[in-house]
Amino acid sequence: MLKWYEKNANNNDVVISSRVRLARNLETYHFPSKLTKEIASRIVHEVEDIVLKASSSHYFERMDMEALSPLDKVAMVERHVVSPNFVQSSIPTGLILSEDESLSIMINEEDHLRIQSISNGFNLEEALQNANHIDDLLEEKITYAYDERMGYLTACPTNVGTGLRASYMIHVPALETTGKLQFILEAIGKFGLTVRGIYGEGSQGRGSVFQISNQVTLGHSEEEIIENLTSVTNQIVEQERSLRKKLLSEKRMQFEDAVYRSYGALTYARILSSNEAMTLLSDMKLGYELGILNFEHTEPINIYGLMTCIQPANLQKEMKRELKIEERDMARATFIRQNLPKIKT
Amino acid sequence: MLCERCQQEPATVFLNQTIDGKKKEIHLCNKCAMEVKDLYQEKDISIENFLSSLLDMNHKKVAPHMEQQKKSHVLQCKQCGMTYNEFRQKGKFGCHRCYSTFGNLLSPVIKRVHGSNLHTGKIPNRTGEKLLTQKQIRDLESKLKQAVKKEEYEAAAGYRDAIRALKKEGGLC
Ligand SMILES: [Zn+2]
Ligand SMILES: [Zn+2]
Repeated sequence: MLKWYEKNANNNDVVISSRVRLARNLETYHFPSKLTKEIASRIVHEVEDIVLKASSSHYFERMDMEALSPLDKVAMVERHVVSPNFVQSSIPTGLILSEDESLSIMINEEDHLRIQSISNGFNLEEALQNANHIDDLLEEKITYAYDERMGYLTACPTNVGTGLRASYMIHVPALETTGKLQFILEAIGKFGLTVRGIYGEGSQGRGSVFQISNQVTLGHSEEEIIENLTSVTNQIVEQERSLRKKLLSEKRMQFEDAVYRSYGALTYARILSSNEAMTLLSDMKLGYELGILNFEHTEPINIYGLMTCIQPANLQKEMKRELKIEERDMARATFIRQNLPKIKT
Repeated sequence: MLCERCQQEPATVFLNQTIDGKKKEIHLCNKCAMEVKDLYQEKDISIENFLSSLLDMNHKKVAPHMEQQKKSHVLQCKQCGMTYNEFRQKGKFGCHRCYSTFGNLLSPVIKRVHGSNLHTGKIPNRTGEKLLTQKQIRDLESKLKQAVKKEEYEAAAGYRDAIRALKKEGGLC
């Protein structure tokens, strides 16, 4: 079965994916930071039982976190299946995953439950619907820590209320190169939103990929939060698209030159760091979407999928062995060469 | 005094810098201060720090007297043992009871972070029903009290029966 990021979606020239995360806690137990290992493990089993019994069990799979290698765990962080926090936990944790990795339930992250749903392209409504479905399913059997006035009670008061973190993954090379992104980032706080790099807090927007998400979780309904995030993101998409057009009409030659150079480097380089590869792939994505690069493939090309595969841990999983850093950069160049779509000449 | 960095503009900003454990004050112009600001500030202001600084600000406002401040510092959650100081450091609660334990201190901070104090989003189906029943019972109980006060015994009996029925229905007795 294809993973969600291996599928192609329309309308994802700027918005790559939409993600929803719901934070929930069980009423009966202390929050994870105050749990003993025994109780933490009891919660894992309890929740696993409920999910696997309730859903048509072939859809979800229970991952044995203790049996996973550190490499497997980091690879899952790179694919946004789990959070970095989660794999570093000092108490027993659990993970329930749908086959295409679009739905996951982290057990004993900062909260007892983190329900996550990812949809391809510009589609937060669908992501919320899917997360809500699992949430309702669990609530039939689990009594959540919930308060009439404060909503869902979470370990950190910054998540209280809806417990909802909604985000869009966006690819905005034109806004970034023209320096316009900086203005947007500064203005966005006024809307209760925040922007981070592709790999979370502190990380740079590698390959011009960023995540934009809500910061406010209390006082607005889930639908209002998503509407607000969507309307701001729509503005960003519009601006990115019009800038792309402008670049293309005013500096077509320079633009084509840059795109072909990047494609050339991806085709012939023998050593590629993940940062460099991300930048080159970002150029290629832009060139493809603007019709400069035409591939032999008649099917849509999924460049984000390639961006995920060349991350350090996922690359090593592709190669089926652990690699030293220098080996990695060579393996990455080889992998890209083998998987790069050919252009029509 | 001229800016120590560019030696051109008048110094208007005074920054404290710690070098090898020694505190030194440096004098900069506005422009230079903006440029070097990052060097003197914590790069990543984490959520925890952010919360605890908000809490401290709020704390001085809510409890201006030493006595009161002491009182809040010994505040402890009966269920998980979390103290106010521990919460200040971690920025995370130990259990859902912490919300009521530290509610008064936290309420203005939550309002600052979210712009609101009241949840208007999703209500869980099962828990929501229970909450609704509890609220209905509370309403009826206050009506019952009123009725008894006014010596309207017939109405009171009606309320009492309704409360009983609700409690039975919701498995609350
Ligand atoms: Zn100066
Ligand atoms: Zn507590």
